[in-house]
Amino acid sequence: MKLQDLARTIEGTILVQQEDADVRVDSAFAADLLSDVLALTEEQTTLVTGMINPQVMRVAEILNITAVIFVRGKTPPATLVEYATRLGIPLLLTKKTMFETCGLMYANGVRPCRSGSVCEMSDR
Amino acid sequence: MQYAVRAGDIDRGGSASAQIKAELSRAGVDAVTARRAGIISFEGEMNLMVYAHDGGTITVTVEADAVTIEVKDLGPGIEDIDLAMTPGYSTAPDWATDLGFGAGMGLINIQKNSDLFEIHSHIGEGTTIISRIDRDGGRKGGSQEGS
Amino acid sequence: MKLTEIVERLSLEVFTLTAEAEMEVTGGYCGDLLSHVLASASPGNLWITIQNHVNVVAVAQVVGLSAVVMTDGRRPDKASLERAQATGISLLGSSESSFEISGQLCRLLADTR
Repeated sequence: MKLQDLARTIEGTILVQQEDADVRVDSAFAADLLSDVLALTEEQTTLVTGMINPQVMRVAEILNITAVIFVRGKTPPATLVEYATRLGIPLLLTKKTMFETCGLMYANGVRPCRSGSVCEMSDR
Repeated sequence: MQYAVRAGDIDRGGSASAQIKAELSRAGVDAVTARRAGIISFEGEMNLMVYAHDGGTITVTVEADAVTIEVKDLGPGIEDIDLAMTPGYSTAPDWATDLGFGAGMGLINIQKNSDLFEIHSHIGEGTTIISRIDRDGGRKGGSQEGS
Repeated sequence: MKLTEIVERLSLEVFTLTAEAEMEVTGGYCGDLLSHVLASASPGNLWITIQNHVNVVAVAQVVGLSAVVMTDGRRPDKASLERAQATGISLLGSSESSFEISGQLCRLLADTR
């Protein structure tokens, strides 16, 4: 779905807008702990998180995250918003819970993005 | 390239790794290698901040066929490396977990992104992690050597 | 919807199931920060998380959650399992991600309203 449509669906506010207004959200990963996000095996996914420290954007930069959605009404600090603007990574903010946000995205066809599973480890 | 990381300096956490990834890209390293190096550096950097009393250093060496990252500290050392490499196992203090760290995936993420992964740790002396990434997709899978 | 029915419909792995597995699940909570769960989750909620250590069980007990689903293939460690069995907390698992399980559970709960 398009980012604009997602914002409407989750009653979200767009804090940082990319110049390309047709940013698409096709897959998503929901997590609060950053190392779990870093275990992602796919690129170009959207991150749904309640964590608003600056490291979130550094992880987003390293992983080429498409967009970050902050849930639970947690407003990120100005420094984070500035950093995201410099990186060109769209930010959305919603008061909804992570559970409800994931539910709405899933119902609208956003597919899950997998992290490296435990099974992969045992192959080594 | 060498970066010093101070313990507890959480606000700057991840800044060295973002710099490393950008520098590697500028040096002509392929995007996949730069991404893997970014992940390894980030996890290494956060480990230094959370666990190493006096911080530590991250040294990145770029060669024609590989990028090598060494994360070194003189901190407390790891008691049980196999346990530390178990997904979800974490000894992170509460203040770190509240900030989104301590997922128990750090060392695993480093190993997963390395073509060669070594970890050396002694109680009371510190920990050194050496990670080598073969450039341009020369992946053989990360074999682990430890002591 | 009853916990046992959710286990079946979402094909969840059962690590341990409480004697009160016929209880109604009141809703879902997704997240990995223990302090947030303590502050925001409601009794009877199903907690979806990637975390798998013993503090998860302690928090579930304090809040009165119906069960914990450990996602992304995580399994409870020995201490968690023992604590869950001792305190009557159900521990369930899935190879799917938190996003997927939340999506599926949301849909299930919506369908029953």
